[in-house]
Order: sequence, then structure tokens, then C-alpha cells
Amino acid sequence: MRTLLGTEDLDRSALDGLLDDAETFLEVLERPIPKVPALRGRTVATMFFEPSTRTRLSFERAAKALSADTLSFSPGTSSLSKGESLKDTVQTIAAMGADLMVVRHRAVGAPARVAEWTGLPVVNGGDGAHQHPTQALLDALTIRRARGTVEGLRIGIVGDIAHSRVARSDVFAFATLGAEVTLIAPRTLLPVDLTGWPCDVSTDLDAVLGDLDVVYLLRVQTERGGASVFPSLREYLRRFGLTRERFARLRPDTVVLHPGPMNRGVEIEAAVADDPRALVLDQVTNGVAARMAVLFQLLGGADA
Amino acid sequence: MTSRRVLDDADIRRAIRRIAHEVIERNRGADDVVILGIPTRGVPLATRLAAALSDIEGTPTPVGSIDIGLHRDDLDRRPRVALGPTYVPEPLDHKTVVLVDDVLYTGRTVRAALDALADLGRPDRVQLAVLVDRGHRELPIRPDFVGKNLPTAPGERVTVRLRDVDDDEGVWIEDDR
Repeated sequence: MRTLLGTEDLDRSALDGLLDDAETFLEVLERPIPKVPALRGRTVATMFFEPSTRTRLSFERAAKALSADTLSFSPGTSSLSKGESLKDTVQTIAAMGADLMVVRHRAVGAPARVAEWTGLPVVNGGDGAHQHPTQALLDALTIRRARGTVEGLRIGIVGDIAHSRVARSDVFAFATLGAEVTLIAPRTLLPVDLTGWPCDVSTDLDAVLGDLDVVYLLRVQTERGGASVFPSLREYLRRFGLTRERFARLRPDTVVLHPGPMNRGVEIEAAVADDPRALVLDQVTNGVAARMAVLFQLLGGADA
Repeated sequence: MTSRRVLDDADIRRAIRRIAHEVIERNRGADDVVILGIPTRGVPLATRLAAALSDIEGTPTPVGSIDIGLHRDDLDRRPRVALGPTYVPEPLDHKTVVLVDDVLYTGRTVRAALDALADLGRPDRVQLAVLVDRGHRELPIRPDFVGKNLPTAPGERVTVRLRDVDDDEGVWIEDDR
């Protein structure tokens, strides 16, 4: 594996291998000294051309726990404002001695171009509404740890599918791991073309709610126009939000995931967000371990 | 290729039994001893050594494993290794840790295990038990307890098979010439 651009590229054994390694790294993170020397002398550059707090910090925490050094790029403080192109920017950072780049960009396919331009291993940290593969890995890890396996589970992904790179990455990862995935959204928030997506579709949350082992709530992305198709955010909560009343109708062992940041009172009611079966903070912890697994996979061997 | 069996299952059983007695003699009992095996085959050997200690002393001896896959000094020179389990059964501070591996050769695995151990706690002392010492050390490391000293040439290969992970049991010297 040279790059991680999307979850479509990962077969079952690759996914299982990354999840097994991530479990090992979770154990590392619980040690008195939560750091191993595996990537000593390597440099990981986090190139985030779109705002991000948790994903960038999570990658940097992962790199540092593996003893790699980090270079951090964010657009606000950079020469991008002087008109430097993406290509010049990434080649400049590569020339400083980066061994791997994590790239987030609003343009679909930008991480793949960065890999071509620099010749470096690249991890997609989110490109437009396309893919966010490490989010899918940490989600799969969270589900596996909560339920023992992903295989055979019924997973409902609820909300703004059309604008979500998380949904796409999750669908392919969960399906490869043997889950039955259902997308649940109003027509207006579903992608126009779902050809090739290994999942079912429903427009009625209440009809499928009682069958689900996992409820995956997507964030209503007001910055990507996700709210404009709804008359009001209150209306969204009423039809597709996880209210206390809907939460009470879930099976007792059903868990709730959300990629964060949560809009409390829009896609999830505040009391539900604070329930122990809402695994949002587990997802954050698992994210560090999942990203350690990816960095170690790409940099931790002679073939890297 | 030639292959020669140098230990059989009875030899391994007797070696572990003897090492258990030596561990007890050296440490005046096994009260503060924690056994940690190095994956893959150090782990079943550690389990057997702990069982032998418990059997002799009449009290259970804690046993775990310590993986070195993240502490090797040649990570960037070889294909990615699969990570093994690290499990510490109880806090290591003020304990005597006995590291267990199947074959002691260059000493680099033990060096990595000592580094890994330093992140897990601060035992009072660390001792090393191996089933086979085949020589050719590249680092200043020596074993405390040895099942069998096996003089070998660098081109020879020492293979340990244990029923827990293999379909046979014993130690072989193999030569590709």
C-alpha cells in the first residue's frame, strides 16, 4: 500500500489488518508511556487546505505516538494567500524532507494529484464530498469494539449523504466488512447517482429504526448547503433527527455514532448525545489508533 | 537441505522444568516474578514456564507477552512485520521480569524487548530465559537461563516448533547447503 485515497481500494484482508493493528495501537495509547519508536526519524506533513481541528490534531497525535516528526500546514497562515499553487506548495514541503503527506482539500482527487506530484505516500484526509477513509476506519474500529464484529450488522447512515465524504467512505468499508448498510435521507439529500454503492436506501427513518444495530448520524453541513433543502433545522430534527423518543425505540444493544462536530438539537437531541450508547468520544480515541495503523502501514517497512 | 533434530518434546519439557527450578533458586522463590513471552514462540514457552513455577511453588505465577514489532532497529530495512500482542498481567514496578524467547541469536530482539519493557513499567530486575542459545551475539546481551547451548554456524538455521502454534514439537538445525 503506497497511498490511502479511498475505502473502495481496501479489500477485506487489508481492512482487517489495519483494524487489528489499530487495536494494538489502542493498547499502546493506554500504556504509562504511550509512545513507541516505530517511525523514529520519519516526517509526516499534515497539509490541510480546508479548515479542520480534530482530523489534523488526530493525525499529529498519531504521528507523534509513533515517534515521527510532524510538519503542519494550514492555509490561513501560508503563501497560498500570495497565490502559490497547490503543486508548488506540496513540492516545497516535500523538498523540506517530508516522508508522507496527509492531504485535505475541497477538490475531489486533490490527494491523488499530490501523490503524483511529490512521489510520496499520501493519505486522503478528506477531499470534497468524495472520501475520508481514515474516518471510515475509526468508525469500523468503534463498531467492532462495541459489537465484537462488523460482519452481519445492520448499519443505518442517516442524513446529508449527498454532501458527505464520510458516508461514501463508510458505505464501502462497512459493506466490505460484511455489514448490511442502509442510507436514510430525504430524496433531496441523497446523491443523484448511487450506481455501484453497496447499500439500500430508505427515506423513512421510523420504518427502519427498530432493525438497526448501528445508527450513524451525519452532521447537517450548513457550510456545504445541506440545510437549505430543509424548511428549518427543527423540521430536520422532527423527520431525521435522533430524538429521545426514537432513541427509546432502538434495540437495547444498538449504538449511535457521529463523526462530529455534533449539531445538538439538529441531527441529535442533546440527551441522546450524552447517553453511554452514543460512542462519539470513543470514535475520537479510536481515530488516533486507526491513523497510527495507517501511518505504520505506509511507513513502517522497507517496502514503504 | 539437511535437517537435524537436536531437541524433542521430552527434552523441551525437561529444559523448562529445569529453568523453573533455576528461576526459583536465583530469586529465592517466585513471589515477585512476572513472566513475559516475546511473540510468537516465546509466548507459549512463557506460559509453560509460568505453569511449571506455579506447580513447584503452589501459587500462580503471572504471565503475559511483550511484542517488539514497534521497537525493532531494522523496521526500515525489512518488509512490514505483523504486530503481536502485548499483555502485562499486573504492574511491573518492583517485580522481577523474566523475558522468555525461543532462540537467542544476535541479541537484537532482546534489546528491542528491553526498550519496549521500559515503556511498560520499571521492574526491579529483568532476567532472560531462552530455550536455545545459538551464539553469534551482536550486542552485549547474555541469557540468565538457557535450555540448551547450541553451537551453530551463521549459515545454519535453528527452527523451533511448538505444538501450541505448529503441528510438531522440537528444535532442528537446518542447513541450506
